[in-house]
Amino acid sequence: MLNKVNREIPDDILKDKNYKPFETTEIGNPETTYVAHQVKVSQGDDKLVDSIPDVIAKTGLKNGMTISFHHHFREGDFVFNMVMQEIINEGFQDLTLAPSSLTNVMNDMVIKAIKAGTITHITSSGMRGSLGDFISHGGLKDPVVLRSHGNRARSIENGDIKIDVAFLGVPNADAVGNANAIYGDAVFGSMGYSLMDAKYANKVVLLTDTIMPYPNTPASIKQTEVDYVVKVAKVGDPDKIGSGSTRFTKDPKELKIAQTVNQVITHSQYFKDGFSFQTGSGGAALAVSRYLRKSMIEKNIKASFALGGITKPTVDLLEEGLVNKILDVQDFDKGAAASMASNENQQEIDSSWYADPNNKGAAVNQLDVCILSALEIDTKFNVNVMTGSDGVLRGAIGGHQDAANAKLTIISAPLVRGRIATVVPDVTTVVTPGDSIDVLVTEVGIAINPKRKDLIEALKNVPGVPVYTIEELQKRAEAIVGKPEKLQFTDRPVALIEYRDGSLIDTVYQVKD
Amino acid sequence: MERLRRTMMFVPGNNPAMIKDAGIYGADSIMFDLEDSVSLTEKDTARMLVFEALQTVDYGKSELVVRINGLDTEMGKADIYAMVKAGVEVIRLPKTETADDVVETEKVIEEAEKFFGIEVGRTHMMAAIESAEGVLNAPAIAKASDRLIGIALGAEDYVTNMKTHRYPDGAELSFARNMILHGARAAGIAAFDTVYSDVDNTEGFNHEVEIIHELGFDGKSVINPRQIPLVNAIYAPSEKEIRNAKDVLNAIEEAHKKGSGVISLRGKMVDKPVVARAERTMALAKASHLVDEEGNIYAE
Repeated sequence: MLNKVNREIPDDILKDKNYKPFETTEIGNPETTYVAHQVKVSQGDDKLVDSIPDVIAKTGLKNGMTISFHHHFREGDFVFNMVMQEIINEGFQDLTLAPSSLTNVMNDMVIKAIKAGTITHITSSGMRGSLGDFISHGGLKDPVVLRSHGNRARSIENGDIKIDVAFLGVPNADAVGNANAIYGDAVFGSMGYSLMDAKYANKVVLLTDTIMPYPNTPASIKQTEVDYVVKVAKVGDPDKIGSGSTRFTKDPKELKIAQTVNQVITHSQYFKDGFSFQTGSGGAALAVSRYLRKSMIEKNIKASFALGGITKPTVDLLEEGLVNKILDVQDFDKGAAASMASNENQQEIDSSWYADPNNKGAAVNQLDVCILSALEIDTKFNVNVMTGSDGVLRGAIGGHQDAANAKLTIISAPLVRGRIATVVPDVTTVVTPGDSIDVLVTEVGIAINPKRKDLIEALKNVPGVPVYTIEELQKRAEAIVGKPEKLQFTDRPVALIEYRDGSLIDTVYQVKD
Repeated sequence: MERLRRTMMFVPGNNPAMIKDAGIYGADSIMFDLEDSVSLTEKDTARMLVFEALQTVDYGKSELVVRINGLDTEMGKADIYAMVKAGVEVIRLPKTETADDVVETEKVIEEAEKFFGIEVGRTHMMAAIESAEGVLNAPAIAKASDRLIGIALGAEDYVTNMKTHRYPDGAELSFARNMILHGARAAGIAAFDTVYSDVDNTEGFNHEVEIIHELGFDGKSVINPRQIPLVNAIYAPSEKEIRNAKDVLNAIEEAHKKGSGVISLRGKMVDKPVVARAERTMALAKASHLVDEEGNIYAE
């Protein structure tokens, strides 16, 4: 059947996997019951384990179970490969892999585990590179389930993801499992995504290279949640966890887009004392922070909070007094991670607090302004951040669907990238529905979602910011790069894109070779 | 009213990404280069790329200029024919030494216009002066053709010719700048200053733009989009200048309404040059987004 964003959702998937088709971005006030996890009572004296094989044995891992990891170490992660290799070695079969996301450094090991039959199901926020390629070419029998960070929190709470064993790398821990990510060699700041695993997994294993004296405070993960602590040689490569220094882009096109994003923000009704924002990462996002800072000083406006993945420029705004608080689910660079240790106004939040559509109120619901990226955006404002123009998986939902519920959601993207259009008649894959997108900012001008009459009025006369319809922008892109041939897919689904409420918004099919 | 030419952005004719994006930075003029920035092996490619871009990409209000290879090269004529056919606004001659260079090029342009059935005279020209001889002939060059919209100083070749190099204070360019400026003004056409190649040196760039702004140049050649807002900021009129310009233009309107021939403002006579300056001030203010389309100062 066709869902509300006009995507054909196969009936057998709706039936077999018990899915509802995507209907609306409105979450409403449903009542729900969370699923509880098992607890093996401990006095704390049996938690420290010598090796990964020993700890796997102690957790009682069995074929068919679900294991989880976090991706806070990003490209500097050592833990995933260490643990996964051992699980493959021991011949486990038919496991479900349910990490918060998968980074490139994990790709080869995941493919190896799939080929060995160790992993037969995957749910993640995204995948890229060789793994995305492998899955898109039909490497896994069961379709991968792709979920936003908020949706993962929801799924864990209501049992859609039931984690049997969570293997969580941490830069430090004491012998009973109190841990944080602000001290040690491999610091990454906020432990946001992994806190869900610690709270809800049946068995929680911490892996660390630094054992601290008891009690190791401040504790983000607490001893009450942890079954075992394993000391390993190194949990991660500090240089690859986050970029070391923040370098502002000199790319004139990125700067132009960032400047326009800032003009959209400052000319909107939301730019007033006490407003809140989320900028995300990447060159253009960092440049936006710089322009926004200048505008805030000029207009004597301070923000009540900044949300989401945090960078050094945002932390600088906090220290300068231009931002009162940071709600921090992850840190993208060393400066942001280091500041977590020293600034009490930088609050670590878990992914439920951040973005969960299934709790008593998440931070994204309080958000005024959000800047997001896009691989593609179509004339219905639907956004794709998951598949490339070749139809292959090469992205991550991250907090995209969640943060898009801000009062002013801005997509910042170039009109074309190389010979590929960003603004298209129909996105390859719908990840975030156009209903939650308000403004598209490109280097040639902006387009405003027609349902936002207030923004059309507010932004119609911004000096140097031409307003187009999104159809006009799409035609401009097409004039430059032409019409691409239609992508060829088989009829076999390789990935299911869930909306944040767990409904099915789109299906990704195996590409034809 | 004469168009503003504060910035002329150089875009290598063999770089598709830069050609595609050249229109987004608000340059008053865009100059696609087929000459020095394109290696010999890429001359044909560049000509075809620019030919297609001129007919495909929307460059908004920017004036479109192409720097061709000189007629003394085998590419020169083909460049002219292709650009005339593509409908370029201005063809820029490199290394102009004499008025004859302009006349010779104009002949080929006219030939091309006739060949393609295009109205004769539609293609404008500008000349770059890059040598001692060219500088000394600047007044004659500037008057060599009605098609000329301006002349420009190309300093890199010029300083080599003069056995010197670029200095921060610009003394080595003082004579050339003044010759070119006088030549242009005497002919009633625009004068463009040379490029500043140290793109990360904002202070040095601003200093140079201040000098040429004071001298009276229409604008500067830029090689990076980041230089455009810097030039525009220096060319932007002050609020006092805008208010004064508005008073002048209002006084004229009042006088016209009354049918009065002599116009005065605050006891001073308002004559033609004062009006011209006021109009230019308002055009600059609009281009710098300091006033709206009706000339009202933005309440910021």
